[in-house]
Amino acid sequence: MSVLFVVVPAALLLVLVAVIAFVWASRSGQFDDLTTPAVRSLHDDSEPEVRPPGKRHRRVPGGPPRAP
Amino acid sequence: MSVTEAPARRGKAPRGPAWAAGPLPAPAATPTPGARQETPEAGAANREPLCLHCGLPVPAAARAEDETPFCCSGCATAYAVILECGLGRYYRLAERRGAAVVPQGRSYEEFDHPAFHGLYVHHRGELAETELYLEGIHCSSCVWLIERAPLSLPGVAGIELDWTRGRVRIAWDDAQTRLSRIAGFLGLLGYRAHPFRGGKADARRRAEDRAMIARIGVAAAIAVNVMLAAFALYCGWFGGMEPVYREYFRWVSLLLVTPALLFPGQVFFRGAWAALRTRTLHMDLPIAIALAAGYARGVVNTITGRGPIYLDGVAMLIFLLLLGRALQLRAQRAATDSAELLYSLSPSTARVVEPEDRVRERPAEALLPGMVLEVRVGDTVAADGVAARGESEVDTSLLTGETRLRAVGPGDPVFAGSVNRGSTLYVRVEQTGEASRLGRILAQVEAGARRRAPLVRVADRMAGAFVAVVLMLAAVTAWWWLGRDPSAALDRAIALLIVTCPCALALATPLAVTVAIGRAARAGILVKGGDALERLARPGRLILDKTGTVTEGRVSLAAWCGSEQVKPLVLALERHSGHPIAHGFTEAWPALAVPPAGDLAYTMGGGLEGRVAGQRVVVGSPAFVKARLAATEDPAVEGRPGALTPVWVAVDGRLEARAWFGDPVRADAAAALGALARRGWQLSLLSGDDPAVVRDVARRIRLPDRRCRGAASPEDKLRAIEAARGPGATVMVGDGVNDAAAIARADVGIGVSGGAEACLAVADVFLARPGLTPLVELVTGAERTLRVIRRNIAWSLVYNLAGAALAMTGVINPLIAAVLMPASSLTVVLASWSARTFETRAGSGTTLGPPR
Repeated sequence: MSVLFVVVPAALLLVLVAVIAFVWASRSGQFDDLTTPAVRSLHDDSEPEVRPPGKRHRRVPGGPPRAP
Repeated sequence: MSVTEAPARRGKAPRGPAWAAGPLPAPAATPTPGARQETPEAGAANREPLCLHCGLPVPAAARAEDETPFCCSGCATAYAVILECGLGRYYRLAERRGAAVVPQGRSYEEFDHPAFHGLYVHHRGELAETELYLEGIHCSSCVWLIERAPLSLPGVAGIELDWTRGRVRIAWDDAQTRLSRIAGFLGLLGYRAHPFRGGKADARRRAEDRAMIARIGVAAAIAVNVMLAAFALYCGWFGGMEPVYREYFRWVSLLLVTPALLFPGQVFFRGAWAALRTRTLHMDLPIAIALAAGYARGVVNTITGRGPIYLDGVAMLIFLLLLGRALQLRAQRAATDSAELLYSLSPSTARVVEPEDRVRERPAEALLPGMVLEVRVGDTVAADGVAARGESEVDTSLLTGETRLRAVGPGDPVFAGSVNRGSTLYVRVEQTGEASRLGRILAQVEAGARRRAPLVRVADRMAGAFVAVVLMLAAVTAWWWLGRDPSAALDRAIALLIVTCPCALALATPLAVTVAIGRAARAGILVKGGDALERLARPGRLILDKTGTVTEGRVSLAAWCGSEQVKPLVLALERHSGHPIAHGFTEAWPALAVPPAGDLAYTMGGGLEGRVAGQRVVVGSPAFVKARLAATEDPAVEGRPGALTPVWVAVDGRLEARAWFGDPVRADAAAALGALARRGWQLSLLSGDDPAVVRDVARRIRLPDRRCRGAASPEDKLRAIEAARGPGATVMVGDGVNDAAAIARADVGIGVSGGAEACLAVADVFLARPGLTPLVELVTGAERTLRVIRRNIAWSLVYNLAGAALAMTGVINPLIAAVLMPASSLTVVLASWSARTFETRAGSGTTLGPPR
């Protein structure tokens, strides 16, 4: 049972690390917005680019510069 | 003005016509998103192509055989921009916004003005940073698009969207690009940017939120771990335990609880201290005493190694109380959210005519009295002033609620917030910003929203009585037992304080309200403040705005008296005009084939004339048409009630048809209001519109004449709300900025679907589904919620009384009290969760985004 003298402090140390991480996360704003990040990850960027059918498009004034 | 070049525009914020005749080559008047509800063209044309960008049907006028289908030029531009960025995948996202992009001719030039930068832009190293409020964010694909597309502009370093708040944070390199370009780019995609004007209050609130979350996290971690240690001790009670381990676990508990008391528990001590200093009784006071006494007792017993410690109870108490408080705060939060948003929505830019007739866009903050503004058709006037040049008609419905346009000539006053509908107008500025009428209304709105806060404090005062009783009982118990069994006196008092802990009582209301609000949101009713539900549960006075609330808030054809052959001729003229009447015509007959028209002329305040299929057609007000009739004609026909706007049609000098326009009453209005009246609500109608029109509408929803009032200015509405007295709450239902002050001042303010954002921002409840049926559901749901709250309070009171009696007589010790305490909270939680409040209807889910 004397292992408790080692295990309990070790467990508490782990808890301390977790608590510090949590406080850091909340202070740095990780919990400010809980909806957008959830939505953000829904759309995966790795899919290949698909161009829908359509005519050739004119340049739009104010639009982005053409990719080099 | 030449009607063919009507610039792209949209009307009174969200419900106006998205009137786009913009840069499309064909003279096309494009139907609105709302036109989707109209029956599409009959027969073969039924299979209309859908717009590639927004998915709405493409109107015949904008259709061309060999081209990709777009419903309007705005969508075509957005489509091109998106492909240009290499973001074509947008069109494969499952959830996409179904709203046509309204093209805008805005340059956002004012975003680059030094005054703007001074106010809203921060510099961080080489990068400039600002926050903008974006209109029109509907769904998750908006997040995708907004966070990617602008990155293709050179110099944009980062862009991050907060979807629920509609706020976007942009970082960019000022040397490479300008903010106006980024804002203009977002505009092309259909998201209108406004400066976000609530920076400071928002930062403070965010810091508060973060601290609260951190406190709850720490308290939870400690509570759970102390519980583990306590478990070991309890096991030791029954199964026996070596003293050295018992001492060990007691010291571990003490070590753990100390930081819980010092960091998360601190708020209670601070609250109690503040209450003591101001000599008021606050919930925090007995909590602080119980915590301090429990902790002190634990410390003493740990050091002396005798008697039980209740440190697990202390840690649990801290955690549960913090959690209850966070729930409560979240329910109240949205109600106080509003004021900052308001300022983001008032007009932020104006075209100033400088010497040498150069016109420049400037931020509204930089306007000074004496400047001359150019107000184009469809623009919102940015400051109060006097018309200097030009003749036009303005839509003041934002300010007054009046649906008819007001004619304005040189010398007439023009108010900020009204929309120019006729032709370009030049306005000499007299009052700007907060001094303008709109500014004063918004200030009243804000004051009204703030004035509600004291009601929250009433709850605290009630808690004060509870606290006083508990403290007294604890003192009596301690004194009583001190005389008989001194060693048990402190235990009894602590047990009493713990068992009567107002946990369940504090949770009873916020929990029931939070659950109800969540259910209501799924039914399309967005409730911001919990107190609104409590007040709606008892019948009171319900004051309704007319335009846009009881009626649909648009001009539509009410009656037509004339032959079928005249209709295409009328449409041929009207489809070239941006006037609300013209919109009413095109909406009424969407399926007619229209001959081309030529030789068009528009007379301000009169009507349109032109040549269609070789015939001279005149459409307009009776006086206007009468003046153009052949001399032999003398029609002395009026016929219809004065509540409707008459329009005459003459062909080749003969009066051929008459039409009447009005604002149709919502289909479900009479039934819904009847249901409310049967429940004991006292209904009345309060409108800024013409009294005759108001009476007409009142008759149709079966309200007696004495219950309706017309020609009420926003200030009158506010006074009417303040004057309303009697049992129950005063509830204001409205949709416009002209109602906003009244909505904010009323006990409960309700904004209806399609209303102006300023009004939605201050309303306690926003009905996201059109019509008035949700209003009945809201009242029913509120009644049920109140019943749940009462049941919860009864539960926790019974529990507390029984617990107090047991603790005072010494039947339970502090340990059992600490175990019983969360049990009462659990009862309340389960009761709240299982209660039926709002009916959730399948398939009617609303996206919980910012109100449109």
